[in-house]
Amino acid sequence: MNSATAGSPVMDALPSVNADRLPLLLVPVLALVALPLMGSLSTWVTLTVAGLAMGMIIFIIASGLTLVFGLMDVLNFGHGVFIALGAYLAMSVLGTMTGWTASEHLLLNLLAALPAMLVAMIVAGGVGLAFERVIIRPVYGQHLKQIMITMGGMIVGEELIKVIWGAQTIPLPLPAAFRGALLLGDAAVEKYRLIAVVIGLAVFAAMFWVLSRTKVGLLIRAGVQDREMVESLGYRIRRLFVGVFVAGSALAGLGGVMWGLYQQNLTPQMGSQVNVLIFIVIIIGGLGSVGGCFIGALLVGLLANYTGFLVPKVALFSNILLMVIVLLWRPQGIYPVAKR
Amino acid sequence: MLNRLFSGDLPRSRMLTLLLIAIVAGLALVPFIFPGAKAINVAAKICVFIVLVASFDLLLGYTGIVSFAHTMFFGIGAYGVSIALTRMGPTWAAVAAGIAAALAMSLVLSLLIGLFSLRVKAIFYAMITLAVASAFQTFASQMSEITGGEDGLSFKVPELLRHGFALSDQPFLGVSLDGKLISYYLLFAVSVVLFLLMLRIVNSPFGRVLQAIRENDFRAEALGYRTVVYRTLSNVLSAGFATLAGVLLALWLRYNGPDTSLSFEIMIDILLMVVIGGMGTMYGAVVGATLFVIAQNYLQDLMKLASDAANGIPLLSNLVHPDRWLLWLGILFVVSVYRFPTGIVGKLRAKVLGKP
Repeated sequence: MNSATAGSPVMDALPSVNADRLPLLLVPVLALVALPLMGSLSTWVTLTVAGLAMGMIIFIIASGLTLVFGLMDVLNFGHGVFIALGAYLAMSVLGTMTGWTASEHLLLNLLAALPAMLVAMIVAGGVGLAFERVIIRPVYGQHLKQIMITMGGMIVGEELIKVIWGAQTIPLPLPAAFRGALLLGDAAVEKYRLIAVVIGLAVFAAMFWVLSRTKVGLLIRAGVQDREMVESLGYRIRRLFVGVFVAGSALAGLGGVMWGLYQQNLTPQMGSQVNVLIFIVIIIGGLGSVGGCFIGALLVGLLANYTGFLVPKVALFSNILLMVIVLLWRPQGIYPVAKR
Repeated sequence: MLNRLFSGDLPRSRMLTLLLIAIVAGLALVPFIFPGAKAINVAAKICVFIVLVASFDLLLGYTGIVSFAHTMFFGIGAYGVSIALTRMGPTWAAVAAGIAAALAMSLVLSLLIGLFSLRVKAIFYAMITLAVASAFQTFASQMSEITGGEDGLSFKVPELLRHGFALSDQPFLGVSLDGKLISYYLLFAVSVVLFLLMLRIVNSPFGRVLQAIRENDFRAEALGYRTVVYRTLSNVLSAGFATLAGVLLALWLRYNGPDTSLSFEIMIDILLMVVIGGMGTMYGAVVGATLFVIAQNYLQDLMKLASDAANGIPLLSNLVHPDRWLLWLGILFVVSVYRFPTGIVGKLRAKVLGKP
């Protein structure tokens, strides 16, 4: 995001910054390299859509985390709790509307899914507010304590989820109209994955718009670059940070709903499992960079699906491998954020 | 003499000394005071975890590095011995080969991870180790021809340590002198030696440099210490001790699987133990591990009573359900990071100095 200022009217007067577009090629290149290996076009389409869907969901979850880190130098190891919380809330909400979710009608399904997502986002955001107050605020600037305290928050959160919803695995069926696959030529593309890609793109577009076209976004980007400078100009960066943290938690909640529907069953540990994945993504992207996070998420999603099909044994390490390669190329991640 | 043995780093608090004496005496006499299989199993677990937690303290408390890959090294040790004993049969040579191979592997891995990522900030290292550890865990359960996959490996230990082995037919003070007793005392002795060795390391000039790096790495660097080298060495040493702890665990259980030595739950447990006991004190490992393992095994019984009493009250009975013991320890962990970051040991020592 650090170079995403081109075209903004305010910026036109300034000398244009040489935008770093090379990483943008990574995703299409990876997809094209995989094409000849796959053998058939239809398999490739199926896997690419699956990979993009997974990548989009990971992006929704990880974007808040990377912004929070960029803005305030806080890495929240407890981010996973919001994922699990969102998924469980959605399960409860959808559970009350079985009439609508079971119907084949797409509109009724959407009417059921939307409140589920909204509830998940609002509650996750609210819990995020409390989490910031109680867990994170006392340990600003102390990395060691931050890591431990957010980890502790994660343990307690996971146990509380077990207290409320039980420790067993709970199935989360997709609403009826989301099930099944569409046929594009020979390629079968699952409907839900298309929906996930659409929602992911919408979130990315909204976030891109907020960050590059609004005052708040300008402040956030400026804060990521140089916090003290923004503070000295009279802006309350703390309040901004709380806002970003709440938004990040809400997005994690939304991502949790989508991840839960993607996996179709829920366990209280799902948060910590996804945590590993999103850490890899934000390291690849460059800590603090939303654009890098987007590319990183898509790369991880695509690679996981391609290797899962081609060489299943390697699939488990594909993420680590990707991280090592990216870090050898750019030690600070794809888009290093200036300050760090 | 005593001072030499403890490397000049005595408990420095009467309460703490009494507590430590009680723990060590308890562990030494468990087979005679508390008969029954559960007590001796709990005691063995405490010994293993004291070594493991102390080795983590070397890294976290003394060097200020947060690693989430500590159970990986613990697992390497346990798997090393398990695989060697399964493949080569129950001989001491197999035990030695397993230990050597495991130590070599831990050494190489910790060196690689250290050189790759210790140059950067603590937070980065924590994330990378988390990713590597989770990859290693899947790796171990995937290589099922060698590691036994999710089922793990059951194996025979050398004859001297087998439960059927009897040293003499006459019971001694009401306890039969069998292989189990020998195993326990072997475990106990090795744990004590390893612990004293670590105490020696942190109180050496090398250990002082580690503490300097923890307090202010920039300054340590400016004084001429190559912090990357020291950090990496600390990482390697701590990995080595964790490996040995894994060896002890596998030999005691005569079984090893992903859940007993590799899982992330154990990593969390270690973190809780070291923080509750007291970081950067070594004795914190003894107190923390003992408290935690006892809580793990006996708190549940207590909570069952509470849960039965609260039966019928909807949320409360869930909160005190025996399976939710980690919730309470998690809360204790969060509170202790805020309120007494030096843990129980630090609290006891502060009392002596007259601070509140």
